Amino acid sequence: MAELTKKERMKILRQDMPVQGAEDRVQNFNEVALGFTLELAQREAERCLQCKEPKCMEGCPVGVTIPEFVEAVREGDMDKAVRIMKDKNNLPAICGRVCPQEVQCEARCILGKKGQPVAIGRIERFVGDFELANNTFEVTRGPSTGKKVAIVGSGPASLTCAVDLARMGHDVTIYESLHTPGGVLVYGLPEFRLPKAVLRAEIETAAKALGIQILANHVIGRTLTIAELAAQYDAIFLGTGAGLPTFMRIPGINLNGVMSANEFLTRVNLMKGYQFPEVDTPVKVGRKVAVLGAGNVAMDSARCALRLQSMRSKAKDGQSANEVHIVYRRSPAEVPARLEEVHHAEEEGVIFDFLTNPVAIIGDDKGAVRAMRCIRMELGEPDQSGRRSPIPIEGSEFEMEVDQVIMALGTSPNPLAFINADGLERSRRGTVVTEKETGRTTMKGVWAGGDVVTGAATVISAMGAGKRAAADIDRCLKGESPW
Amino acid sequence: MYKILEKQDLNDLTKLMVVEAPQIARKAGAGQFVIVLIRDEGERIPLTIADYDRQAGTITMIFQEVGKSTMEMGTLKVGDSFKAIAGPLGHPTEIENFGKVICVGGGVGIAPVYPIARELKGAGNYVISIIGARTKGLLLWEDKMRAVSDELIVTTDDGSYGRKDLVTVPLKEILDAQPGQIAKIWAIGPAIMMKFVAATTKPFNVPTVVSLNTIMVDGTGMCGGCRVLTDDGARFVCVDGPEFDAHRVDWSSLLSRMAFYRSEEQQAVEGLRKSHECNLEGAVAGGVK
Repeated sequence: MAELTKKERMKILRQDMPVQGAEDRVQNFNEVALGFTLELAQREAERCLQCKEPKCMEGCPVGVTIPEFVEAVREGDMDKAVRIMKDKNNLPAICGRVCPQEVQCEARCILGKKGQPVAIGRIERFVGDFELANNTFEVTRGPSTGKKVAIVGSGPASLTCAVDLARMGHDVTIYESLHTPGGVLVYGLPEFRLPKAVLRAEIETAAKALGIQILANHVIGRTLTIAELAAQYDAIFLGTGAGLPTFMRIPGINLNGVMSANEFLTRVNLMKGYQFPEVDTPVKVGRKVAVLGAGNVAMDSARCALRLQSMRSKAKDGQSANEVHIVYRRSPAEVPARLEEVHHAEEEGVIFDFLTNPVAIIGDDKGAVRAMRCIRMELGEPDQSGRRSPIPIEGSEFEMEVDQVIMALGTSPNPLAFINADGLERSRRGTVVTEKETGRTTMKGVWAGGDVVTGAATVISAMGAGKRAAADIDRCLKGESPW
Repeated sequence: MYKILEKQDLNDLTKLMVVEAPQIARKAGAGQFVIVLIRDEGERIPLTIADYDRQAGTITMIFQEVGKSTMEMGTLKVGDSFKAIAGPLGHPTEIENFGKVICVGGGVGIAPVYPIARELKGAGNYVISIIGARTKGLLLWEDKMRAVSDELIVTTDDGSYGRKDLVTVPLKEILDAQPGQIAKIWAIGPAIMMKFVAATTKPFNVPTVVSLNTIMVDGTGMCGGCRVLTDDGARFVCVDGPEFDAHRVDWSSLLSRMAFYRSEEQQAVEGLRKSHECNLEGAVAGGVK
C-alpha cells in the first residue's frame, strides 16, 4: 500500500464498528459491538497522523504507546501490534471494550480538534481479539525473585498488578471472594458489553503463562485476614474494589421489587439469571422498571432489564407494554456514563427521565412496589464536583407507575476486607488512604489501588493504579526503594 | 476441596453433610454461615454452620430439601465435591456467662442452635433448651441438645412426640414462672416461628436473639438482597447479622421479602421433577428393550 499524504489521511472518515441492530439485540445477551475486521482496522489506522509528540498517550492511564501499535496495524503486522500493546496493557480485549476512550486517548487526538479522532479503542479491541484468537504473544515470567505477593480481589486493578508482578518474576497468589475471578468485570459487566469468554480467556491465558495462582471462595476479612496474609507474604496488594451498594434514604426501599444494581447485575451476569430456569438463580424483571442513576452501571442495568423484558414477553405473547426508565436528577449534560453506552441504551428504547428525583417508593398491600413518588428538579450553581447541583422544584411532585426499582447510585468499598487491619487508614467515605504515585497504604507492606482507593471509577484507571503499585512493589522487594 | 466426607439422613427431609473445608473450620464460630454452590450453573445458597472440627478441618452443614438446589444437594454422595464453599460469613454469636438462658430451635433450626447452646453451656450458663418440629419424624438432634442443656423440652405441633404444643407455649410458661430470671434467649427456626418467639418474649423484656436466613446472592455485603428492616433502618443480614435483636425486626417486611421468589422456586422444583420423570421413563423404556 502506497504511503498516503497527511491530507489524504485526513480525508478518510472514521470507520464505524459493525453492531447488532437494536431490534435484534434486545432479544439476546450477545455482544452488541461486533468488532473491526482487519480491513476496517487498517483503514482506521490509516487515519493516524503519527504525531511526533503524540497527545493521545498522555490520556492513557497505563501509557500504551498508541501511535506505534496503530502503525503496526496499518502495516498489517499484527504480531508487532500485539507485542507493543502487551508491553503496557495486559488486557487489551477488555480495555478496548470498556474504556471511556472519548475522555481519554481519543479526547486528545489531534484529529478530534476539527473532525473525529482516530478510533483508538476500536483498533485496540481488534488487537486484543486478534491475540486471543491466535495466541501470537507469549507472556513470559522473569527469573524468579523468590518473593511472594498476595493480591486481594481479582478485578481490573488486581489482575493488572498480578500480571505485571509475575512478569517481573514474583510469586503471585490472587484471593477472590466469589467462585469466579474477574471482580466487577464478571459480576458487573453484562455479557453484551464484555463476553465472559473474552474475560475468561484473558485471565486464564495470563495466569497459566505466568504461574499466577487464583484462589476463589476466599473472603478476606473472614476466611483469612490482611494481618494473616501479611505474615505469609512479602507484599500485599488490595484491589477489593467498591462493592457496597448505596440505597437512597427514602421510604419504601425494602419493598419487594426494589433492589441494588449490584444485586440485579450479579443475578444477570455472574449467575446468568437470564437463562433461568436452565440455570438455577432467578432474576425478576418488572413491566415498568425504573433505574435510578445515569452512570455506566445504570445503563447496564437498564439494558439488561430491557432484554429480559423482550425475551420473556416474546416467550409469552409477543406483546410488549414494557418500559424501562432511567431516572436521573440532573440533566443530559451531567450524565456520567460512557457515551457509547448512553447511545446504545437510547437506540434500544430506554426512556430517559432527566431532572427527576424519587422521594418515596409506594407499595401495594402485598408489600410489592406499585409506584414511585418523584419530584422535578432544576439546575442550580455548580457543586464541589463542578456539576450544576439539582434543586427540587416545589409543588412538582408526581407519581410514576413502576413495579421494579433498581438503584444504581454508586458504590463504596466493602469494609469486610478490613476486619483486623487496624493500621490501615481509611477515609470517611471508606476508601483506603494511599500515596498517590506508589499506592502505598499506611500499613507496612500493604499497597492498594483501584476503586477501593478512588471509590467507583473506571476499569482503566483501576488498571493504571494496579500498574503503578506493581512497579513500586517490585522496587520495594528488590530493595531499590525501601518502605 | 470441599469434598463430602460423611452424609446422614437425619429424617425424611433433612440431611447432614460433613465437608472438607479446613480454612473455614479454622475460623468458624457458632452462629456463622457459609455460601455453598454445587456446580457452575447452580445457585449460591446460605447455610448455617451446624458444627465444625478445627483439627479434622471439616464443617458440618444441615439442610432441608425444600427447593431445587437443596434437593440436588441431597443427591450428592460421599466423595463428591461442592463447586464452592465460602465463609465463615456473618458475625459469630456473642458467648459469655449470662446466667440462665433459653435456646429455642424449630425444625431444621435445631441444627444451628446446637453449637450456640453448647458454647453457652461451656461458658457456664444454665441452659434451658426448647426444641420443636411439626411432627416426630422431623425432629432432630434431641440427644445432642440434651447433652448440652440443663433442661430440655421437646414439642411437636401434632403431638406425635413430646408435648403437643408450639415452642412458644413452654417458652411463655418459663417466662411466667421465673420472672426476671432469664437473662437472654436465642431462637432459630422458620421466620414465622421466630416472629412469634419475638412476640412472646417482648412483654417480658428479655433480650432475644434470632438468626435470620434471608435471600442472598454473594453473602459478602455486595448485593443487599438480604436486607432486613429494623428499628435502626435497613441492615444486611450477611454482614450485619445473621443475628439480630428479635424485638427490633420488622417481621412483616421480612416475611414478604422471603416469599419474593416463590413462583420461581416452584418453577425450578417443577422442572427438576419433570427431568427426573423423563430420566425415569427413559430408564424404564431402555430396560424394556
